[in-house]
Order: sequence, then C-alpha cells, then structure tokens
Amino acid sequence: MNRRLLWPAVVLALLLLLNLLFTPGFLSIEVKDGHFYGSLIDILRFGAPLVLVSLGMTLVIATGGIDLSVGSVVAISGALACLAISEGTGVLAAVAVAVAVALVLGAFNGFLVAVVGIQPIVATLILMVAGRGLAQLITDGQIITVTDANFKVIGGGYLLMLPFGILLALVVLAATVFLTRRLALGLLIESVGGNAEASRLAGLRSRGILITVYAFAALCAGIAGVMVASNVSSADGNNAGLWIELDAILAVVIGGTLLTGGRFSLGGTVLGALVIQTLTTTIYSIGVPPETTLLFKALVVAAVCLLQSTAFRSKVFPQRERPVARPATTKDTTEVAR
Amino acid sequence: MTALTGAVVPRKYLPVLVTAGLFAAMFVAGGARYEGFFSTQVVLNVFIDNAFLLVVAVGMTFVILTGGIDLSVGSMVALATMVAAVLLNAGWPPVAVIVVVLLIGAGLGLGMGCMIHFFEIQPFIATLAGMFLARGLCYTIGTDSIPITDPTFTAAAQTQIGLGGGLWISPSVLIAVAVVGVAAYVLHQTRFGRTVYATGGNEQSARLMGLPVARTKLGVYTISGFCSALGGLLLAFYMLSGYGLHAVGLELDAIAAVVIGGTLLTGGSGFLIGTVLGVLILGLIQTVISFQGTLSSWWTKIFVGLLLGVFILLQRVITARKK
Amino acid sequence: MTSAAPILQLTGIGKQFPGVTALDDVDLRVLPGEVHALMGENGAGKSTLIKVLTGVHPADSGTILLDGREVTFAHPLEAQHAGISTVYQEVNLCPNLSVAENILLGREPRRFGRIQWKSLRRRAAERLAALELDLDVTAPLAQYSLAIQQMVAIARALEVEARVLVLDEPTSSLDTDEVEQLFRVMRNLKEQGVAILFVSHFLDQVYEIADRMTILRNGRREGDYPIGELGQVELIAKMIGRDLAELERLDDRPPARTTGTLLEADQLGRTGGIEPFTLTIREGEVVGLAGLLGSGRTEVARLLFGADHATSGSVTIDGEPVSLRTPQIAMTHKIAFCPEDRKADGLIPDLTVRENVVLALQARRGWTRPIPREQQAQLVDRYIKALKISPADPEQLVRNLSGGNQQKVLLARWLILEPRLLILDEPTRGIDVGAKAEIQRLVAELSDGGMAVLFISAELEEVLRLSHKVGVLRDRRLIAELPNDDTLTTEVLMQTIASGGRS
Repeated sequence: MNRRLLWPAVVLALLLLLNLLFTPGFLSIEVKDGHFYGSLIDILRFGAPLVLVSLGMTLVIATGGIDLSVGSVVAISGALACLAISEGTGVLAAVAVAVAVALVLGAFNGFLVAVVGIQPIVATLILMVAGRGLAQLITDGQIITVTDANFKVIGGGYLLMLPFGILLALVVLAATVFLTRRLALGLLIESVGGNAEASRLAGLRSRGILITVYAFAALCAGIAGVMVASNVSSADGNNAGLWIELDAILAVVIGGTLLTGGRFSLGGTVLGALVIQTLTTTIYSIGVPPETTLLFKALVVAAVCLLQSTAFRSKVFPQRERPVARPATTKDTTEVAR
Repeated sequence: MTALTGAVVPRKYLPVLVTAGLFAAMFVAGGARYEGFFSTQVVLNVFIDNAFLLVVAVGMTFVILTGGIDLSVGSMVALATMVAAVLLNAGWPPVAVIVVVLLIGAGLGLGMGCMIHFFEIQPFIATLAGMFLARGLCYTIGTDSIPITDPTFTAAAQTQIGLGGGLWISPSVLIAVAVVGVAAYVLHQTRFGRTVYATGGNEQSARLMGLPVARTKLGVYTISGFCSALGGLLLAFYMLSGYGLHAVGLELDAIAAVVIGGTLLTGGSGFLIGTVLGVLILGLIQTVISFQGTLSSWWTKIFVGLLLGVFILLQRVITARKK
Repeated sequence: MTSAAPILQLTGIGKQFPGVTALDDVDLRVLPGEVHALMGENGAGKSTLIKVLTGVHPADSGTILLDGREVTFAHPLEAQHAGISTVYQEVNLCPNLSVAENILLGREPRRFGRIQWKSLRRRAAERLAALELDLDVTAPLAQYSLAIQQMVAIARALEVEARVLVLDEPTSSLDTDEVEQLFRVMRNLKEQGVAILFVSHFLDQVYEIADRMTILRNGRREGDYPIGELGQVELIAKMIGRDLAELERLDDRPPARTTGTLLEADQLGRTGGIEPFTLTIREGEVVGLAGLLGSGRTEVARLLFGADHATSGSVTIDGEPVSLRTPQIAMTHKIAFCPEDRKADGLIPDLTVRENVVLALQARRGWTRPIPREQQAQLVDRYIKALKISPADPEQLVRNLSGGNQQKVLLARWLILEPRLLILDEPTRGIDVGAKAEIQRLVAELSDGGMAVLFISAELEEVLRLSHKVGVLRDRRLIAELPNDDTLTTEVLMQTIASGGRS
C-alpha cells in the first residue's frame, strides 16, 4: 500500500522543489492580517474543491464504477445556493438546500447503476449533460452574484487562522476516513469492487453500497460547489466545475486506486489532487505560459498510467518471474471448463 | 412490442427504427407548431450546420463499435483548426495544409491506439490524455482566435451548391456524406469492418478466431483521429478561424449522437445510419429551440440529457430481453 | 477405418504451476478417424493437458508429435494453423455476427478487398449442410441455441481444415436430440478421417460415441483403453478410486443421528440446473453428496444457500417455510456456504487474510457496526491457529497464499458465523494430504458440536468417513439417499452412480 503512495509523493515533492528554485520564498508561511499566508496555503485553498470531489470519486471508482456528473453537480449546487441567497434565504438554509439536492441527484445516479443496471459511464453521462443544462437554467445563463458576508466565509473566509475551505476539506476528509476505515464501509466497498460475485455470496447486498457511494460522491461535489461559488461570491452555471470530473478521476488514478476497482487510498487521492493543483501553480510560478498546463497534465497522466500498467512495465523493464506461490493466473485466452 | 415487431423486423434494427421514428415525430411536431419549419431546407440546414459533427461522430462510431471510447475528438477538432489557421497564414498552400492536418490527426489517433492496445491502458484514460495533449497544444500555439482568409477556405465557406428548387447545401455536406458512404462501405463490405464488429462483440473470441484484432483496434483509433481532423477542417471552413476554444465538449455531442443512434456503448452492435440520425436529432433540437425563440438555449442540454436517458433505458430493455 | 499411425502423440508431458504439479509424465495417443475420450475429475489435469496441446500454456517437459512431426505451439492460433481446432464449452464465437460470418470471417471470399456476400453465404450453407444443418446463415448467431452455436463452431473448425478436433464438454447444455445430432456429425467426421478428442464427464455418452479413452487422475495417466474393455464401474473406480498414498484407515462410521430435523427441501429444483429433489438434514448431521463432476452437487448447494433462485419446490427450517432467495436471507437462517471455486466465488484477491475472514461477519452486521479491531485480531488469530493457516500473517494478501491455505481462509470466514448448517463444496480439492486430514477432523468435531454439514466431495472415502448418510447424484438428479451403515462401501456408491439409480 505504501509503495503506491511513493510515486505521487515523489512527484509532489519534485514539483514543490521546482517551485522553490524559481521562487525562493515559496515554502514560507507568514502570518498576515491574523491568518496564515503563503503559496502553500494558496495551493491548499484552491485545491480544496478538487480534493472534495476527488474523495467522492475515489469511493465510486473503488466499486468499479465512475461518475462523470460531478462537475454538473458542482454547478447546480452553487447555482441553487446563490439563487436562494439572492432571494433572501439565510445562508445556512440555502447551503443545506443545495447540498440536499446534490445528495438526491447522486442517489439517482446510484439507482440507475445499482437497480436499473446501466453502465456507470453511461448512467452518469446523462446527468452530466442534463445537469449542466439545469445549472444554466437555474442561473438563466447569467452569473448570479451574491454579497452576503456569511456566505463568503465558506470559500474566502478564515477560521482558526486557516482558510475556511481548507478546514472544510479536512472535516470531510476526516469524515470519509471515519466512514470507510473506522466503520466498515471501506471494507465492503473494496469487496464489491474486488470481486462482486464473491461479495454477493458472502452476504453483501451491493445495491445499498452502490447507491451510497454515488450519493456520497454527489454530496462531496455539492459541498465543493458551494465552496467554489462562495470563493467568487457568484454562481456561473456555464463554467463552474467544468471538467472537474476529469481532474478528479486523474487525482484518484495518480493516487494509486485502480480504475477497475478494489483497494482504494484516500491519502493517495489527496496527494493526487494536490499534485494536480501544484502542477497548475508550478506552471505559473516558473514562468511557463499557463496555456501549457494541459500539456503537462497530459504528460503526467500518460507517465503515471504507463508506470502503473503491468503490460508497460513488463515490456520496458523485463523481470524474472517472481517465485510466489500463487494459483496459475489467467492472462489466458480461454478458460477451459474445469 | 419487441415480440410483435420482432417477427416483422429483425431485432437488431429496432433501436435505429426507434431513432428514425423519433426524428420523424420531432420533424412533424415542429412543422405543425412553427411556421416555415416543415421544409426540406430546414433539414438541409441541419446538415450544413452539423457537417463537421457528423464526420466526427462517424469516427466515434468506429471506436464505440469496438467497445472503446474516444474523449479526444473535440480537442483534435480545435487543434486541426489552429494548425490550419497558422499554416495558412504562414503562406502554405491549402492542399498541403489539408494533408498535414489530416496526418496529424491520424498520427495522434494511432498513438492513442498504441497506448490502449500495447500497454493495455483503458481507452477512457488514454484518450483523456490525448484530449489534454491536443487542447494543450492548441493553447501553446496561441490563445486568441486566428482568422482564416485563404481563398480556398473562404470559397468552401461561402459556396452554395444548388440542388434545384431553391434548395442548397454547402461543400462540407458533400464531404460529410462522402465520409458516411465510405465508412458504411468499410463497415459492411470489408474484413476490417466486420472485424470491428467482431472485436466489439467478443474480443477474446475474435482473437481466437484468428482475426487481426490488434490491427483493427489501432485502426479504429487512427480513423477517429483522422475524422476528428477532417471535422476540424470542416469547422474551419464554417467558422473561418482557428481557435483553441472551438469544439469544447464536442466529444459528448458525438457520443450522444452515437448512443441516440442505437449503437451500444458496450460495442458490437449499431449502424452508421443511426449515427446520422443521431446527429440530425441533435441538430433538430437546436433548430426547434431557435424557432421557439423564447426558450433559453440551455434547454438543449436538458433535452439531450433526457433523450440520452430514454435511449439508454430502451437499450437496456432490449438487451435484457435478449438474455 | 483407423490407420495404425497416430495423428497426435503426446509423450511425457509435464507441467508445473507454483506449488502444484498439474501434469506428470502424461502420454496421449490419438489415431486419425477415431473418437478419443479424455476422462478425469476436476484437478485430474484434463484442462491443463488440453491447454498444453492447443498452445495456451507451454509444457515444461515432453514432446508433441503431430502427424509424426514434432511441434511446439506458443499461441492457440499456431495450433489452429497446424490443424488442431478446439470447440470450448463457451463457444468462442462472436454472437453479434451472422452465422455465415462466424464460419468464414478471416477466410471469406473477397474481390479487391470487398467481401463477396453471396459467395460467403453459399459456402457457409454448404459447410452447415455437411453437418446436416439447415440454418438461416444471415441471422445473428445469438439467435440460435447453444447447441446450434456449437455446431457452427465445429463448422468453423472444419473450414480451417482441422485434422484434430478437440471438443471440450460439448454436451453439457444439450438435450437428447441435440446430443444425437452432434454424434451424427461426429461419426461423419470420423469417416472423413478427422480425429476427435472428446472431453466429457457424461459416462453414457462416452460409451456411446468413443472408440478409446484415456483416464487422468491427479495429474497422471491412469491408462488408456479401448471402450469395450472397461466397464462403467471400473471406469469410475479408476477416476475417483482409492488413492493408495493416502492412508488413514476407515474408523467407526458415525452412528446415525436421531436429532430433530433442521432443514427439509421438498421437491426443490431449478430448471437447467437440477431436477426437483427432496432432502432432509438433521441437527448435527453430516450429509454427504457424492457424484461425478456435473452431476448437480453444486447446484444443490447453491439452491440451499440462496445463491440461485429455485424454480420449484420449497424449503422449511425448524418446521417453518422459508424463502431462500438471497445469500443474505440464508445467512440469517444460519446457513453458510463455502464454494468450490474459491477464486471466482470466494475470495477477494487483493484483500488481506484478516479482511477475507471477517467479511461475511461484517456483511451480516452491516457497515455501520464495525467489528472492533481487537475482536477481529482475536477471531482471526484463533482460526489461523485452529486451521493452521500459513503464513500465519493476518495482513498477508490472500492471493499470495497457496490453494490449500486459501481454502482454509474461506472456511474460517464461515466458521466465524457459527452456522447451524455449513455447506462445504469440495473443501479438500487441491489441498495437500495433511491439510485434508485436518479439515476432515474439523468437520467431525463441528458435527459433534451440533453443526449440520452438507459435505460435497468426489472422493468417496472422504464422504463415507464423515457422513451419517449419503445422497448420490448423477446427471443432475438426486438418485439415491443411502444411510451410512456397514453395508455402504465405495463400491456400492460407484455401482449406484454407474447404474444411475435405475433398478
């Protein structure tokens, strides 16, 4: 397990180092205006929404599925919150409504996958497309601006000298760790993703688990959406959360969780999300034109996936067969019946 | 219903027929509701406005038929427009530009195919990397829109090919129709095309049957890259500009068109005519909305999403019956 | 007419997998124009031999001679090109393509790259006609029954001019008429000089169609015989008979249980799986299920655990009718099931020993009530010691364990639940002798402690040693239920299987 965290950690360290070379004061953290201040804080703060979405995505991918709709959920949740606030609702109520709607949308995804039996990529594609339209409908294509000071706190404010967003992400991370490792949700998720039929025969009802993880993913996206909207004190139905699902999937994959499901690593995901966020920052700080962010992302994706691919490793770094007493595995072309 | 119609019509055609029916219904309903809707030119306009999407969707169909997916098409289209604009403005002759752009598309497609087949990286991830790469190259070349003033391209944009009776189409439509024709021929009359279907049906079996699965998989991604590049050229004709922000989200439109057209995302089943109908339906939704005037255009996305949902459920019901 | 020189000769084939010897000095001789049956139970080495022959695995030792020339195959396609074609149980064709395409794709008639459809359809129809089949060759393959699909697969094999046709369990999903049709086809092929290697566990069919047979047991060749030479009982004896290396004399038979009825299955059945059967299990009773591969033993087990839906009959537990529709429901009634295929149905390979062991218990509690770590450690530790799981590391990934230890982990998972009825499907298959004895001792202990056990095994001594009564299955029917008294011996069991309960 720890070996999988090695690569993303190394990459992150390299990126930070690179930043340090160009900006000597990069790693410094000062106290200004009564709160912590510095580049590292910025990375954490701007990366918080991605961390949130990636956490939810991790659980979905661990069951062997995928969720393309989180970006649209981010947009819908931000739009709903801002709309409610601009019409006079209190901040807490508005946020609650936004997050609740997100939860329902996620449960709907889970229903399509677990009960109707639609492939996850297809099922979540529906909400991805329709949801974006819904967000645009709510905002009427405009940008809804809100001026509520309380709302601003969520994304832009500070608590205990740290940006509120970071604390919120930490709380959600802690909650996720609690649910999956303290309670037994993690074990059941890894079981379903690792071998669904064996899990069924062990008495697991996968339906409940699947609906739960999709609902949770949408919940995380909903919270992230509120955070994003609060950060800019406005909701943009067209652009909020655009393509964040791709970054989230990348974060999960970089963190070592396989797309095929099974064992997952929350720490890996957080590292992966931070790598992506730091990558963006690095590009700015070393003076490379920001347009090339995507190019670097492409290289990182390709590099990580190739390194994780056993086919690549065996072709490029041929090794001796390790003498482990394993049952004969099948990269077989067919399994002759008994 | 399946049992009834199954006797009259082979079950495999059912999804496409449903799509065709839906298209006809939309057209008639629109014609009843809006003045001037019920005319052939309206349908032709859909072709004109979506010729580039049709070409891209054809490439996507090949990939999806093998059970894969290609997320890079939108970015490739944008890259094609950028490269074309830059080269034309640097004085290259249009024919050379066209050839180079097509080669780039095919080359990138082949690269992704290699990653998918030889290194066993999932198509989703490999083409996602391709998407980032292509879009990133776009932005690296330039972040502003680059106008195209080359006479050949301008001519392609402005020429109206009369069909008689006041009807007209653009040259892009002819190109798109030609692409559809060639693709249909390949899929139904050549070993390569049949292997595409076989690979999607059961890749392991296809391998055991001795079919050239490796070459086929590489081939479909190359074709998709080529079609994306060609679609990009058609878009360049239409917009007369190269711009890194062209065709954002186009891959979703292409996938939607293919799915609505009745092709299964799991591979092995589907027809090109379905894709054509899918593109038409997407275009028709847009037309309805513009005729309606009062509906905001984001209803398009909602409609498309709902339509996708309906078709996927339909596919699920039909395939569940098969078992 | 068969000529003397064999078309296919395997000599001294050996194949090792980590920790397991799958094949040990196996010979096989197939003459042209004969139907040669390959017999043996699970784990006997049949499938490995086929895989070696067809190029899926390379042999560690030994030679393969095809028509007198030595060959080695690195890939199934090479075997195909050389003339050895295989038709597997799961018909490796593309169901979405038409029948004609499935027969000819890859060798279809073309002109300038364009497929000549008329010609293709005609040739496909001709091929099928040679097999006495008249199908709509333009229809998709999926439209036809598995029996027809197999014929199409054979047609394709012939199209590539096979000289040796390997049929792997071709009749498992066929009804009587379809089997007859297949046999007619096989006889035709015999006359054309094609050699057929026929792998099957249906004894009647083997006796009907085969000319010679080779019997494998525990990776070794028991012998090869012309069909007339060996009676069914002797055949069964050779396949599952006494293994002299394994000692442990038969002790006292367990006296019959006179406890109350725990579970009663009344005409419980599943179409296509097992014919309706009636079975009673008492508290603390060990009921053995004996029968050959494919006789329906696993189907009985799965029905009693709710892993499959029954299409007929009912089950009562403690006199109350229950509906065992899901494993979860069966577990609430304290029924546990240790499946035969531990890889596919049992273990989660990337999880640790500890996680695999506590999985069912955790599933029963739901994810909101986790088992405390200390309790987990205690439980896992207890069973690691009790079952002598090695390496004794609870954090070891289960896929790194040997087959025998994996089986023990699976067993621990169910024992933790302290079920009232424990269903064990081939628990000692592929396990070393020492571990076998341990598990047998464990079963006896559990039974004495009040746990009922449904013990499924192809090894008759095992069944006799442990059971209070034995159910005999054959061809998906429960044909007899015999009390395990002094008159019951392995010979009697084999006779019962052979006679099919018909008397």
